[in-house]
Amino acid sequence: MKYEYKKEPELYTPIMMRIISKRDLTPDVRFFQTVPKEEFKHLDLDYKPGQFMMLSLYGSGEAPFSISSSPTRKGIFEFAIRKTGKITNKIFELKDGDQLGLRGPFGNGFPIEKMLGKDIVIVAGGLGAAPLRSLLLYILDNRELFGRLIYLYGAKNPQEMLYRPDFFEMLESDQLELHLTVDKGNEGFEDKIEEGMVTHLFKYVNDIDPKNTIACVCGPPVMYKFVVNEILKYNLEKHNILVNLERRMKCGTGKCGHCIIDYRYTCIDGPVFTYWDVIHMRELI
Amino acid sequence: MRVLKLSKKDEKKLYDVLNKFGEVWAPVPKGSRYVYDKIEKKEDLVSYNEFVRTILPIKKFLMPQDFNILNLSPSKFETPKVDIPTRVIVGVPPCEIHALNILDKFYTTDFVDNYYMERREKVIIIGKSSLPDEYLFSHKTNTSIVEEGYDLFFIDLGDYYLVWVGSEKGDDIVRLGSDIFSEDVPVDVAHDFVAYREKRRKAFTKHIDLEGVTDLMELMYDADFWDEFGEKCLSCGQCTMVCPTCTCFNVIDELELNKDEGHRRRYWDSCMFKDYSLVAGQHNFRESRAERLKLWYTHKLKAFIGHFGSPSCVGCGRCIITCPVEINVETVVEKLKG
Ligand SMILES: Cc1cc2nc3c(=O)[nH]c(=O)nc-3n(C[C@H](O)[C@H](O)[C@H](O)COP(=O)(O)OP(=O)(O)OC[C@H]3O[C@@H](n4cnc5c(N)ncnc54)[C@H](O)[C@@H]3O)c2cc1C
Ligand code: SF4
Ligand code: SF4
Ligand code: FES
Repeated sequence: MKYEYKKEPELYTPIMMRIISKRDLTPDVRFFQTVPKEEFKHLDLDYKPGQFMMLSLYGSGEAPFSISSSPTRKGIFEFAIRKTGKITNKIFELKDGDQLGLRGPFGNGFPIEKMLGKDIVIVAGGLGAAPLRSLLLYILDNRELFGRLIYLYGAKNPQEMLYRPDFFEMLESDQLELHLTVDKGNEGFEDKIEEGMVTHLFKYVNDIDPKNTIACVCGPPVMYKFVVNEILKYNLEKHNILVNLERRMKCGTGKCGHCIIDYRYTCIDGPVFTYWDVIHMRELI
Repeated sequence: MRVLKLSKKDEKKLYDVLNKFGEVWAPVPKGSRYVYDKIEKKEDLVSYNEFVRTILPIKKFLMPQDFNILNLSPSKFETPKVDIPTRVIVGVPPCEIHALNILDKFYTTDFVDNYYMERREKVIIIGKSSLPDEYLFSHKTNTSIVEEGYDLFFIDLGDYYLVWVGSEKGDDIVRLGSDIFSEDVPVDVAHDFVAYREKRRKAFTKHIDLEGVTDLMELMYDADFWDEFGEKCLSCGQCTMVCPTCTCFNVIDELELNKDEGHRRRYWDSCMFKDYSLVAGQHNFRESRAERLKLWYTHKLKAFIGHFGSPSCVGCGRCIITCPVEINVETVVEKLKG
């Protein structure tokens, strides 16, 4: 055949992982910590913030989930999983010590090299805080490699806010400028959480140097347009605005075709796209 | 490149030579069409004069329509060990060899698909040129002539075939069959060859003009005809199944009854099916049939260029013959060109 290729190991065969702990983040989102069943595998698995894994559960199938942990804290793979259907229902039945399969990492992840030295504005909505946690922890663990860190997070209500205790703790930190909001019902948390859409937190985003800032946005589809419009007001260049897109995925390797948008594979060219890429896509969100 | 001659009187001996390398597969008639089938006896290896368009293209040998990709158990996921026979596929037309080159590139880009490669390494391609029929338009997609991608390639020049050797495997075959493949290729065969090329070139009657369609796809994205086609389309997925460069698949897990084991199946899928792009919360990015048709044609005529440098339509004409409601490359291009 015409094309040179390097033999790869079995691309579609998951390795077995073991759940070591779990806790509920919201009424329908659960946090899972997993480690490879065979210990030596710890070292094989490297990844970038923003990448995802295909998670297999015996008897239910396979689905993509963002890695919520940071590669700076090696060995443990963490996921925040929303209960929404067949596989995720089953994942919610898992107990500590139970096994699941993982393969990956897949996707491009955040362009860390390009982000070094820059001011970073992160905007999360709802479950978007899951992939963005990987980036957040990565930056916090390498704080000196980045400029300002601004993090805006909006959820429906305080109960729907992922990692709420962690965020409350970070409100005290001088390592980042963190602002939280909920659509409705901040009673009891008035001092920590505002009320209103996430766009409303942009009033705290000031003195942005557009040439030296990169924005990362991840949330439900409806959120993108509004948030990106806010960011554009700061004159950021379109290729410095990064968005995470979600599509149905059956392989993660650019083969099954399910994640195609126009001419891009979300699993290969994404899930992190620049806004400039996205403008050219017909079928965005 | 080596070129040899095979005299037609020795044609019947070809089967035995090929059979030493693996199972021999070739197009055989089925109703008014052809299918690739295993040839068990040398008498059954027939070379057809007309253009042979099998119902399914050779992609079915490389990515089976439905197969087991993993054995599952509660504590282990394992790639099944399967014995894939070597298959010598005889009579593959140029457009299909181009499709194969596209598949090779597709399955080795970014990630190398081990299931594809396992099968690819077990396929030997014996190509053959023939005169086009009324549906073939590979002259318009630059896929009517092959330069690579085959092991041997046959051109019928009357009482003999010219045989191009395109790979080491092909070379092994002609060495083993040295009593039928002759190195004696006098320069005057060039005349016959040029005459044949010319005759073949002129024999194409389906002229679908693809020039400029990538830009037209962009400009006509919101044209009304897409909705008209959307109304007609049955979402049957036939067009994608028969297209030699369509590769989409779906994956599901199945458990054995009363046993702690199961399988993960991969099977051909179609972007024409409604649930193809459903994501969480029942949000479907391509709810309407018109949207799905646009995706397909964007992918065939335009998107692939972005990824791989050329469109993925090889002009085989299958979609023209297959679609029950006449939505195909020809009718779409007609509308695009208004
Ligand atoms: C790159 C990427 C990262 C993701 N990260 C996370 C994450 O960190 N946490 C999380 O909870 N979810 C994440 N998802 C979504 C997650 O993959 C789906 O929620 C999951 O596949 C649903 O599986 P299910 O069997 O439970 O649901 P199903 O029973 O299959 O269906 C429930 C609903 O989910 C839709 N759906 C099915 N498969 C997918 C799919 N692959 N992607 C999106 N929707 C689908 C169905 O159309 C249906 O509306 C991510 C998706 C992608 C593409
Ligand atoms: S689009 Fe139609 S003519 Fe083109 S390769 Fe596919 S089936 Fe053949
Ligand atoms: S275009 Fe034709 S062949 Fe394809 S799904 Fe629609 S009706 Fe079926
Ligand atoms: S998930 Fe299969 S192509 Fe992207």
